[in-house]
Amino acid sequence: MSSAVQAVSHRRWWSNRDLRGWSFVAPFLAVFALVFLAPIGYAIYLSLYREQAFFGGKTFVGFGNYTDVFSDGKFWEGAVRVLLFLAVQVPIMLGLALAAALAIDSGRLRAPRVFRLVIFLPYAVPGVVAVLMWGYLYGTSFGLAADINHLLGTALQPLSGRWVLTSIVNIVTWEFVGYNMLIFYSALRTVPEDLYEAAALDGAGALRTVFSIKIPALRGAIVIATIFSIIGSFQLFNEPNILRNLVPNVINTNYTPNMYAYNLSFGGQQYNYSATVAIVMGVLTAIIAYVVQLRGSRDAL
Amino acid sequence: MKIGHRRRFRRLGLILAALTASTLILAGCGGSGGSGSANDSGGTKASPQALDAALKKGGTITYWTWTPSAEAQVKAFMVEYPNVKVNLVNAGTGNDHYTKLQNAIKAGSGAPDVAQIEYQALPQYALPGYLVDLRQYGLDSLESDYTPSTWRAVHVGDGLYGLPQDSGPMAMFYDKTVFDKYHIDVPKTWDEYTAAAKKLHAADPKEYITNDSGDPGFTTSMIWQAGGKPFTTDGKKVTINLQDEGSKKWTAVWNPLVQQGLVSQIPGWSDEWFKGLANGTIATMIYGAWMPGVFESSAPGGSGNWRVAPMPTYDGQPATAENGGSTESVIKQSKNPALAAAFVRWLNNGNGIKPFLEKGGFPATVKDLKDPSFVNKPDPYFGGQQVNQVLTAAADSVVPGWSYLPFELYANTIYGDTAGKAYQAKSDLNGGLQAWQDALVKYGNQQGFEVNK
Amino acid sequence: MTATMSPEQAQPVAVESTGRRSSALRPGKSRVLTGVMVLYVIYTLIPLVWLVISATKTQTDLLSTAGLAPGHSFALFSNIKETLTYRDGIFLRWFANTLLYVVVGAGGATLLSTAAGYGLAKYRFPGRRAVFAVVLGAIAIPPTALAVPTFLMFSNMGLTNTVWAIIVPSLVSPFGLYLMWVYAEEAVPQELLEAARIDGAGEFRIFWTVSLRLLAPGVVTVLLFALVSTWNNYFLPLIMLSKPNLYPLTVGLTQWSNQAHGAGAHPVYNLVVTGSLLTIVPLIVVFFLLQRFWQSGLSAGSVKQ
Repeated sequence: MSSAVQAVSHRRWWSNRDLRGWSFVAPFLAVFALVFLAPIGYAIYLSLYREQAFFGGKTFVGFGNYTDVFSDGKFWEGAVRVLLFLAVQVPIMLGLALAAALAIDSGRLRAPRVFRLVIFLPYAVPGVVAVLMWGYLYGTSFGLAADINHLLGTALQPLSGRWVLTSIVNIVTWEFVGYNMLIFYSALRTVPEDLYEAAALDGAGALRTVFSIKIPALRGAIVIATIFSIIGSFQLFNEPNILRNLVPNVINTNYTPNMYAYNLSFGGQQYNYSATVAIVMGVLTAIIAYVVQLRGSRDAL
Repeated sequence: MKIGHRRRFRRLGLILAALTASTLILAGCGGSGGSGSANDSGGTKASPQALDAALKKGGTITYWTWTPSAEAQVKAFMVEYPNVKVNLVNAGTGNDHYTKLQNAIKAGSGAPDVAQIEYQALPQYALPGYLVDLRQYGLDSLESDYTPSTWRAVHVGDGLYGLPQDSGPMAMFYDKTVFDKYHIDVPKTWDEYTAAAKKLHAADPKEYITNDSGDPGFTTSMIWQAGGKPFTTDGKKVTINLQDEGSKKWTAVWNPLVQQGLVSQIPGWSDEWFKGLANGTIATMIYGAWMPGVFESSAPGGSGNWRVAPMPTYDGQPATAENGGSTESVIKQSKNPALAAAFVRWLNNGNGIKPFLEKGGFPATVKDLKDPSFVNKPDPYFGGQQVNQVLTAAADSVVPGWSYLPFELYANTIYGDTAGKAYQAKSDLNGGLQAWQDALVKYGNQQGFEVNK
Repeated sequence: MTATMSPEQAQPVAVESTGRRSSALRPGKSRVLTGVMVLYVIYTLIPLVWLVISATKTQTDLLSTAGLAPGHSFALFSNIKETLTYRDGIFLRWFANTLLYVVVGAGGATLLSTAAGYGLAKYRFPGRRAVFAVVLGAIAIPPTALAVPTFLMFSNMGLTNTVWAIIVPSLVSPFGLYLMWVYAEEAVPQELLEAARIDGAGEFRIFWTVSLRLLAPGVVTVLLFALVSTWNNYFLPLIMLSKPNLYPLTVGLTQWSNQAHGAGAHPVYNLVVTGSLLTIVPLIVVFFLLQRFWQSGLSAGSVKQ
């Protein structure tokens, strides 16, 4: 931002009209405070205490729970796993979504509306049902994997310890490509017509239009999708948690940090420690998401 | 105009801040609700007549259960006692139910008056003082009505925290067509069982004697049958020894079966498992006596194929264990505990038993277990076999002296992290049990018990 | 309609299937591209094909025939009938609940996040950056792990076991906020707002009459996401509700699915599968209805007025 613009915007800060922006934001923030901030405040409070599930007796431990989390191998095992998941899954998913959005927007597809609908479909499938369906396809006794192994003589074991993370990557990608595709697609719709006309007059080919007009126009949307995918990856829960019914010995209770926090509270009634895990994980996620936001779009927002 | 706007913003900001603060305060109050001490008997001693009076007076109670017969039972109850209204709620099966129950108890409101609780989970609710000790209504006088193993299961310490709804003495359900096809005799001992497993799998690699992918309920029942007593509790003192004689006796039989791939890794209760029940790829099921009801409702394709035999033993002498089974308990949050207790008495010691049996339930009451019309009833699903003769005999040969951990539900959650890993790696189950024990000892001590001290 | 719009924006653009581009710019169809996309579509559809085939099977067929092969009898209609009448027709009750949660929750969420995103994009007021940081920081904390604090808080406020326990939290869509924020930056030209102000229009009036229609495709996207996420909301109702009469479809279906467990097991796989299919269908219909909004594109957002 140039200093002149800054000066202008600074003056504007105090203009009544700009304060009016608050009244657009306030209703959202009020509900947000109730359903997000208040429980977080309560969780922070919980994280400073330790209470025994059976005998009560709340004691203040300061940052004791936090130092425990930092030296907790189970926590870090899950944290490293979601980092790995994130590094692999997010680029694949967003790459596919971007490619699909550009293809549908390109006008070079037959029946683009059909593609748009079908690719979006998996997002409309409740997570519980999605895992039910993939669970069948992964089955090595009576499922599709069994049939493929039988036909091709392979030994696919999608739910074995070695492959289960890959199988989860597949489910999550299947579910969310359509979602991200729509974000990109609706952003592409904001590109003004005259830009394309200008490009055509310049004799730009399709690929050059993509790289010089479309992708820059998508920058804000890509950053947002990346941030939310990172948050989603760190909070990975539904898919492994439901798959756990099928392979309880492969997927640990601390398979992801979120599952760990969940099982600490609902399995072990360790509410204080669970809250601490949640907050540590949230801070880590926020830092990474914030860095991505800073690097990705200093001026997109 | 301008000033007016700015004021409005200030006001909004204030409202926002106030809202946040008030919710924080509200939230802060929540933590202490619902906790009580284990020794609090809650109220003065009343007699069984107090229960009759409560029934007469009437009122409304809420009952959480996932028992299939509950609807019929509640209906019959309200016909018999028109002054009482029972809100029947199916809050979920197993863990979903416990999650909601735990939340409601912790929140200090919203819990039902009466809840179904499995035997293994009972100590977890009784010890922190969430349940009403039914001795105060004189229900301890009903002891002789129940089998010893179920009567023991509804006690935690000296307290009586429910009346047994059903029992699950284990038996072996086997697919007769498979045994006939491969000319295998029905095993009576675990050695014969292992031999049958080998013969079957060798004859057709798709056939397995049974499935076990690592299940805490099955593990504990098997250790129980082998005479193990890995968990003992005395007040705060808890002993955990998953390497006692009984545990090792079981792993000696089960290790080879798992390590040689003779048991299928299909997880129980999955759709693949139900397929296996119907199509004969799983030849035996060692489960509680409630299993016939499951077969009939869930695997119609296997009708006529299955039979029941006593559970194999180590020495050929009858010995079995309980597997599953539930009690109904009165939650301390109840505003009408006498009426709730009276309802529990009706359910599990009165006219509620009949509808329960009609839906295929297996009773815990001695009278019904001895009733010839129950014992000798032929079951068409099992080719007309009088299955209850085998199952009621099993109820008489449950190995005495078992108790669950006070935090068995937690133990079940982390089973897969520890003992289950041994199944996955096909390594020594003893190592897995040891890992399970280590994790449980650590947890117990953190929660204020004195474990193995 | 105000007089401030440029002619280009006020004029409805001729709309047809491939979008808004004039014919001179419309490229030819590519077989290679279509072929690659067809492959992806097949991958997308395989699990759904399984679901559709399974919904035509009886429970016995489900548990005895191969997944992608047809059953011995075509039981789709009897499955649907049984799904709708099982346990006194509770499925329809769950359906109605879900509809309520979606209409109020997703509708409210779209409204709140559109207004907030627009406010953040188009006004330079103090604390704007802080909103970003706070919202981002707060949503980074896993909600499943906050379930217990939220439950206890709602319980103290007497909200558990009421429809509000589901509706109030679904009114907040942080993602919708960000999307509208980014979208409004691009879609609503500052000059247009200035022009409207010179005309003497109030800020709220400008929002309703000028900005909102420019935001239409973004609003539709946010609405769709909010609809789907409310429709599929599972964890929160699972924790907050213990009365089956208030359940949404997801929790109800899971309860049916869990009936297959343990003593007293009574699996109803055919109902779970058919119920899942019935749960997805309305979303597909909504998608069909909403997609014309993208079709018409940004500048044609204002078509009918």
